Amino acid sequence: MSDVLKRRFTEQIKIMFGWEPKKPEKITERAQQVHVLKRMTNKQDLIAVKAHLRAHEVKSTKWRNRRWITLIIANLLFTFSFLLDIQILEGALTASRFVGFHLIDLNSALQVMLAHKHIINNLVIGTGTVLLLWVLLGGRTFCSWVCPYHLLAEWAEKIHLFLAKKKLVTDQTMDRRLRTVFWIIFALLALATGYTVFEAISPTGILSRALIYGPGLALLWVLALLFFEVFFSRRAWCRYACPIGLTYGVVGIISPVRIKYKLEGCFHEGDCRKVCLVPHVLDTVIKGRAVDTEVPIGPDCTRCGLCVDACPTGSLSFEVKGLQKLL
Amino acid sequence: MSENENDRKPVAGPTPPLSKAKKQTNRRRFLRTTLLTGGVLGAALSGFLPIIYSQKKRLRPPGALDEKDFLGSCIKCGQCVQVCPVQAIKLADLIDGMGVGTPYIDPRSQACDFSCDAVQCILACPTGSLVYHKPDFLPVRAGAALQAKPTLLAKENDAEPTLNMNERIGVARLSRPEACLAIQGKGFKGQARGAEFKGKLRYMDVDRWKPIKVSEHPYDIPECDLCVRACPIKGAISIETVFAPDGSQRKSPVVHEPCVGCGVCEMICPVEPTAITIEAGEVWKI
Repeated sequence: MSDVLKRRFTEQIKIMFGWEPKKPEKITERAQQVHVLKRMTNKQDLIAVKAHLRAHEVKSTKWRNRRWITLIIANLLFTFSFLLDIQILEGALTASRFVGFHLIDLNSALQVMLAHKHIINNLVIGTGTVLLLWVLLGGRTFCSWVCPYHLLAEWAEKIHLFLAKKKLVTDQTMDRRLRTVFWIIFALLALATGYTVFEAISPTGILSRALIYGPGLALLWVLALLFFEVFFSRRAWCRYACPIGLTYGVVGIISPVRIKYKLEGCFHEGDCRKVCLVPHVLDTVIKGRAVDTEVPIGPDCTRCGLCVDACPTGSLSFEVKGLQKLL
Repeated sequence: MSENENDRKPVAGPTPPLSKAKKQTNRRRFLRTTLLTGGVLGAALSGFLPIIYSQKKRLRPPGALDEKDFLGSCIKCGQCVQVCPVQAIKLADLIDGMGVGTPYIDPRSQACDFSCDAVQCILACPTGSLVYHKPDFLPVRAGAALQAKPTLLAKENDAEPTLNMNERIGVARLSRPEACLAIQGKGFKGQARGAEFKGKLRYMDVDRWKPIKVSEHPYDIPECDLCVRACPIKGAISIETVFAPDGSQRKSPVVHEPCVGCGVCEMICPVEPTAITIEAGEVWKI
């Protein structure tokens, strides 16, 4: 890894914890050349090419479809394992057994460990398995590919964007450092009260249990969150509050699965940033910001693939680091 | 189209001072952020406070740690719910005030009758909220420990007749002796809890491996001793002759030390409301 990319790597971790992206201080020679070349391109030509590309653009939903199918199957597997007693995936998202193997959600495990202050073997095994799984699959991949709240929030987001377009609502943004603050508060609360306070309001846990064991009044809280997101603040829970996202984000720091940005073909039109849950990770696609000709997207990215679908130039793609070398 | 048409320089210069409008936007954003913080924490604590102040104790599944430790360690996954053969375990909802998603047993509607033979819920628990053996650092309350491992009547003739349980989850108590049919010297005929009752029980003389509905097993007994007949634990309850305050002799159910608090007696009691109840988390007092 070059110095420039190393610097970017630590920068992206800070961004995950809530710092705002800054213009890069150093850019590689090659990337600088591309930036300069892009600036020298005749404007008329550029507009013509963009228009041509737009005219032939095929709206893709490939990754979104794959993701929604995965998410729905994963959650239904829980439901049917209990409902039909097929016992493939027993339990709920917080903790389960996949054909007998313990799986335990990292954030729930953390809450229990802090609250109970005693760790039994099964908890270690389940947490370890899940940790390994999401290190391999990309950390916050959990959010967009498995979390049931994510899917509901995506639909709520569509309503929000529709209303915003009609100028009926505006997105009230907040300070992203709040999520880190919540993570610390909930960790301290668990430690101090000896009770898993966050689990009581975790929409992921509430929804997962509702899908498996039947609906309850706790769903009102989930509805309240969705209402807030539709009318006040776009994707507020996932963006500014959810400590689960941050826990998995940290896991994703070392994950090989990620989105890769290629500077050369990009027209810097910003379509990707409009669909992104975490647009701060796509800061690099802004004109003049890419530090190299190929830049991996940071750990706060949920690997949802919406940007890959949205990009008209194919400048964003999934990448498994080291896979090319292996094959 | 492009977001930063004016960003000609890729390298950052000194940050310009913020405009008044920008400052105001920032301040509003800060206020909103504070409000969201308050909202989420308020919700979190509103889910937590009822638990601190809750007076009524709930019956937790067998092997449950003491309430405070239980609440701290339960990961709310419901695996105990899934393995229970009589669906005795339910998950608490928001208004139950005992921790959203934590398991409990309502013995009057469905008690734990140990149909599983091996306390499956303890086996299923991934975090040690339900345990065969408490970790050393957790104290055992006086009277909570069972003097001996309880013998399961259904397994009495097996090589391993006992249940792997060291502590009781509650104790049965004759809470309304005046209503008890045995005390009144009455018999009982019919379905113990009526035709509509959905609760299940394992009847060894019907099928050891398949619990059936209580309503499918009507009784006809000259002197009511349903609580004693249904009790799955050896020596936990019996009908004894007792002396009433006026000196007259009566029959009465008497609970003994092996009672683990499973709640079968409360479920089967044919009077409404029940004459015998489980006191959740209660210990054996001599």
